Amino acid sequence: MKEKVLTEHFGLENLYKIDVYQKQGGYRAAEKALKKMKPEEILEEVKKANLRGRGGAGFPAGIKWSFVPDTDKPKYLCVNADEGEPGTFKDRYIMSHNPHMLLEGIIITAFCVGISVAFIYIRGEYEAIALRLEQAISEAYEKGFLGKNILESGFDLDVFVHRGAGAYICGEETALLESLEGKRGNPRLKPPFPASVGLFQCPTVINNVETIFNISHIILNGAEWFIKQGLPKDGGTRIFGVSGMVKNPGIYELPLGTSLKDIIFKHAGGMKEGKKLKAVIPGGMSAPILTADEINIKMDFDSLVEANSMLGSAAIIVIDEKTSILDVLKVVTKFYSHESCGQCTPCRIGNSWINKIVIRIAEGKGKKEDIDSILRLASNIEGNTLCPLGDAAALPILSITKKFRKELESYV
Amino acid sequence: MSPEFSEKTKKKIEEIVARYPQKEAAILPVLHITQQEFGSISAEEEKLVARILGIKPIRVRELVTFYTMFSRKSLGKYHIQVCSNLSCSLLGAGNFVDYLVEKLGIEPGETTPDKKFTLSTVECLGACERAPCMMINFNYYGDMNPKKVDEILDGLK
Repeated sequence: MKEKVLTEHFGLENLYKIDVYQKQGGYRAAEKALKKMKPEEILEEVKKANLRGRGGAGFPAGIKWSFVPDTDKPKYLCVNADEGEPGTFKDRYIMSHNPHMLLEGIIITAFCVGISVAFIYIRGEYEAIALRLEQAISEAYEKGFLGKNILESGFDLDVFVHRGAGAYICGEETALLESLEGKRGNPRLKPPFPASVGLFQCPTVINNVETIFNISHIILNGAEWFIKQGLPKDGGTRIFGVSGMVKNPGIYELPLGTSLKDIIFKHAGGMKEGKKLKAVIPGGMSAPILTADEINIKMDFDSLVEANSMLGSAAIIVIDEKTSILDVLKVVTKFYSHESCGQCTPCRIGNSWINKIVIRIAEGKGKKEDIDSILRLASNIEGNTLCPLGDAAALPILSITKKFRKELESYV
Repeated sequence: MSPEFSEKTKKKIEEIVARYPQKEAAILPVLHITQQEFGSISAEEEKLVARILGIKPIRVRELVTFYTMFSRKSLGKYHIQVCSNLSCSLLGAGNFVDYLVEKLGIEPGETTPDKKFTLSTVECLGACERAPCMMINFNYYGDMNPKKVDEILDGLK
């Protein structure tokens, strides 16, 4: 049995305080990185560890960092703590238990890339966690892990918490940058990518909270060890969040590649009393749905792509037989029509039309051709928008409609 | 009388503005403070924020109308926000909202006549392991049911 890495000490009381964190070996990785390693050595280790982004896209963190150009401009780190993907609650959970592990990862990342200002962009609803992070930040300043000349290395770093205000789109990295600059969260056209032109037009690294949580462990234990916790091309463990119709919903830290069936039936205790499995959304609402007979699958980026779905934020939503698929589709389409930023027509209009059609079906006024209209409209969104929200809406809608077409047809 | 920030709040705002290379980047944090201090952000508060940050009021309006956590109309003392997204719906959020509608006598988006409660349905709050969940102001409550919410609401003065 492989060990827990990120959540190992989560049972400890007051782990969010710096003294308790340091007693568990906290900030040793930062000391090692700043005192004994060169930035390029850190970069090499993170690259070798095959740490893939935990926000959803799975882009290798080390490679992302290496895209930042050598320049005299200031560089920024933005930690994406916007966690809005329905079904996802892992970042809230790990930040509230162990804010210092995030700060330690931020220090190492910033030192490696040559960054002196980092922002943690946290969703507005997480006010309590924002306060906890701010307390942790002031503890870290007091102990000399933040501020000027950290650990006498000559390296300076300031960290600020910036709260969002209720917009799913701001979890998209370029919308997050716009929002941080004090604008509406309308995604930018890429290229240029944020690594070269990001926050305030300067080179910027944007990583998810859980990605940054892994950094100190890679530095302390090495890339080889990290890969052994997961898969060769997908190093480390993953924080799976299980919700829906299971006996024990919650957070499960497991090696990447653990089977979805085991996560639901062994770790989360199986279905609630008397409930039968109908379908699973494996990676947050934007991930295409899997039917009950498709759950014998490894939970890693590549396996889920092969199954035409995605690991996304590793948020597993378990749906039972008695839940009508039309109700699921109603919630899904309402969400995307509400959260579209409105910038691209296919997404703005398409999602709202699909939602109206689904509501019409639910009211018993559906027409036979409605099912094909949903498919046509969703296909028109896919690939035709500036940012990934378009696909994030189209793909689950297409998969639900195709895989449960018979049931949907029974409602019209 | 047009609204004004207290001296203490002005200091806090100065501190926040100093974090960013551009003043405008402080709009969201300043709007959070405004919402908290005045309970809502009407045209008057928009002007106040614009003045303090040296920007046009329209820039403030752009954000107030984009971000759902800012309210242009005043809210009740307690803002109940019930998650209506998937994990919560699977576990009965719909019935739970119906119960609150009946109990409070208002529809989602409305405020009770005594200005005590505002009821809203919102998208995923990120507490899916405790579905169905809700927030009252900034406090999270999970595993909700009618009995539990009765106790919570009865305890609010």
